[in-house]
Amino acid sequence: MVDVDPSGVEQPLLRMRGIVKEFPGARALDGVDLEVRPGEVHCLLGQNGAGKSTLIKTLAGAHQPTAGEILIDEEPVVIADPVAALRLGIATIYQELDVVDGLTVAENIYLGHELASGGVTRRSEAARNTRKILDRLGHKEISPHREVGSLPAAGKQIVQLARALSRDARVVIMDEPSAVLDSEEVGNLHRIVRELTADGVAVVYISHRLEEIRQLGDRITVLKDGRTVAESLVVADTPTKELIQLMTGRTVEYAFPDRPGVAEDADPVLEVDGLGLGNVFSDVSLTVRAGEIVGLAGLVGSGRSEILETIYGARRATSGTVRVGGKRLRSGAVDAAVTAGIGLCPEERKSQGLLLDEPVYRNITLSTFSRIARGGLLDEGAERAAAREQVEALDLRPAGVNRNARTLSGGNQQKALLARWLVHGCRVLLLDEPTRGVDVGARAEIYNLIRRLADDGAAVIVVSSEIPEVLGLADRVLVISDGKAVHEGSAREIDEHAVLDLVMEGSVA
Amino acid sequence: MSARSGLTGPALRMGGLVLALVLLIVVGVATGGERFWSFGNLTTILSLAAVWGVVAIGMTFVITSGGIDLSVGSVLGLASIWASTLATQYAAEDYGWWVIAVTAMAVGLGAGLINGLLIAYGKVPAFIATLAMLAAARGLAEIIAGRQTQVVEVDAFFDVFQAKPLGLPVIVWIFVVVAAAGWFLLNRTTFGRRTVAVGGNAEASRLAGIKIKRHTLYLYGLSGLAAGIGGVMILARTTAGSSTNGSLYELDAIAAVVVGGTLLAGGRGTVTGTVLGVLIFSTLTNVFVLNNIDSSVQAIAKGAIIVGAVLLQQWFASRERVSTT
Repeated sequence: MVDVDPSGVEQPLLRMRGIVKEFPGARALDGVDLEVRPGEVHCLLGQNGAGKSTLIKTLAGAHQPTAGEILIDEEPVVIADPVAALRLGIATIYQELDVVDGLTVAENIYLGHELASGGVTRRSEAARNTRKILDRLGHKEISPHREVGSLPAAGKQIVQLARALSRDARVVIMDEPSAVLDSEEVGNLHRIVRELTADGVAVVYISHRLEEIRQLGDRITVLKDGRTVAESLVVADTPTKELIQLMTGRTVEYAFPDRPGVAEDADPVLEVDGLGLGNVFSDVSLTVRAGEIVGLAGLVGSGRSEILETIYGARRATSGTVRVGGKRLRSGAVDAAVTAGIGLCPEERKSQGLLLDEPVYRNITLSTFSRIARGGLLDEGAERAAAREQVEALDLRPAGVNRNARTLSGGNQQKALLARWLVHGCRVLLLDEPTRGVDVGARAEIYNLIRRLADDGAAVIVVSSEIPEVLGLADRVLVISDGKAVHEGSAREIDEHAVLDLVMEGSVA
Repeated sequence: MSARSGLTGPALRMGGLVLALVLLIVVGVATGGERFWSFGNLTTILSLAAVWGVVAIGMTFVITSGGIDLSVGSVLGLASIWASTLATQYAAEDYGWWVIAVTAMAVGLGAGLINGLLIAYGKVPAFIATLAMLAAARGLAEIIAGRQTQVVEVDAFFDVFQAKPLGLPVIVWIFVVVAAAGWFLLNRTTFGRRTVAVGGNAEASRLAGIKIKRHTLYLYGLSGLAAGIGGVMILARTTAGSSTNGSLYELDAIAAVVVGGTLLAGGRGTVTGTVLGVLIFSTLTNVFVLNNIDSSVQAIAKGAIIVGAVLLQQWFASRERVSTT
């Protein structure tokens, strides 16, 4: 047991200095400093896109930093690959629980470093060690021979922790471990974290839940736009207000188009009433009038995207109704939604939106080629003309409609998706993260475009993880937390801090 | 790089297939001389290609959409048996030869639609659903035929199918018509566009409002129909229905489709490539037979061609990806 005094001077176990990570066209990390001492819970805080995931992957050996140094016990090290990270005693527990469902608990724990003699696994020894580790984690009830696929999320997390311990990890990095757990399981997780730190293991803990950080954390490092903006604040001495200030103080300002305001008597185009989807979200009601942009603000996993997809019929609602122009839509039928005039630009452009190896014009006319065709015969000339018209109107570059969608940049791919619904003609547009992967220059263009669509009479819903984007673009905002709308009001009357307060305090574990 | 400059991927691939076919013909002429390069022998090659080709064109659609149909050989056998039962033959004597053709096509279409229902609405993986149909259709054919060969004795049927317009057998003309119709359907109609779109990205197609379940049903129906047409053609060629008709045709069809350049993962399909693939394999078979080479050696050569073609495809694909990024 190591004595920990958060304010005392002690040799750090892990130190990162001036870490920079560049990807083609983007700088994900731009000078990150982090210092972790043995036996502490060090919380990493930052908004989506602040660089937390990239930082973790750098520590786990999945990414190589472009510049900067990593020191373990004050010795510079190179973490060339995930195996090297484990050898240095750094274990990472990712949010998406990466266990092999078809193997047993013991097999998972010794995956990649099987106990074996001449290729034959020493099963009883593995089981014995596994039992010992599980015992240490306080989960004697999990059998080493149980198939991991049959465990609940919390159990899988235990298996991952056990795997880290089997490697004698000195630093355990946990990426939003509580996100997949219910409150009882969260309590158990906290107990395990405390026991680990009592043994001198350092835990780097990432969470959006401020309450949790208060309960568990010793010190906090805040990231914003790829930089460390505050290093090793002592949790007990730092008020929540200051943390939110640190997370949000922006350096990049976006230009948003003017909001002309929506007439009180404008027709409601989209009416959603009491919509619910299993235990993902429930009782969501909203009305969007012609010319209005409604923003959904909330954290990743709060149910925002699922709300859009359910309105669109891509998921079958378990309760509630969706009406377009007063007419009720069949639940769970995308084609009915499209016919009624709803268009969706999905979150994952590449996997949900585009045919990457097909020409741009066929991507733009994917929802309309049947209508443009005559008697089942394609009219590619008319398709190209319709696509070309939108390409010019949206200033999509490069302008050729015959090149493959794969060759376009993120911003131009987004324009191609918008063009799809412009050709189709939409009364309701659902936009999920319309500026994800879009560079700053092109963002302003996308914002103007969305506003122009609304001005032309469309009812628009925008989902974004970037709260300033939602507040700057939308007329009205719904704040979503844990699958519930916790606030609805004019976008001008609420600021980023208030939204963050709502989503973070609203989801206390 | 513009999509239209120079010799692009698809043109290059077609060029490669034509070159391979020409090389095979050269080898045929060099080793077989007159025996190979005669109207009679070329007709033999085309007749061999015809049944196989029609089945492979149906398969092209299924594979382009990202699916697979393992049942086509068995369905072809079942169609040929059902269309040559005594009952069907009596009906054909009474009403006309077309009863045989319609019966075979209806059986094929029905089996295909059952595949489609299972895959689209039952969410059974295509591999499993059509594997089950492969087994079941063959079994049903054996029961109906009682393991006997059913000789067709409807004269009107052979009057039609033994005619030789412009010197070529009717089944070769059927192949030509099916190939032309298939090309048109894939490249010029909304049905074809949907097929490519679903194969390229099923989720994006669904979210764009395409009814992908219904389309999947149609696709397997189409493949079954093609197998049914193949059943009629095999009756015309061999004059008898047998429950072993069409054995392993599914593998030959898949091989021709893949060698022709249709992506097994879906999203890109070519009827022209499939036709060339079928011609390459049937010419190869013919050259081997003329030279009295063991059929086992022939099988090895076929395997080598399939692997070679797929390796070439991947090489082309990786080159294209480099040149467009």
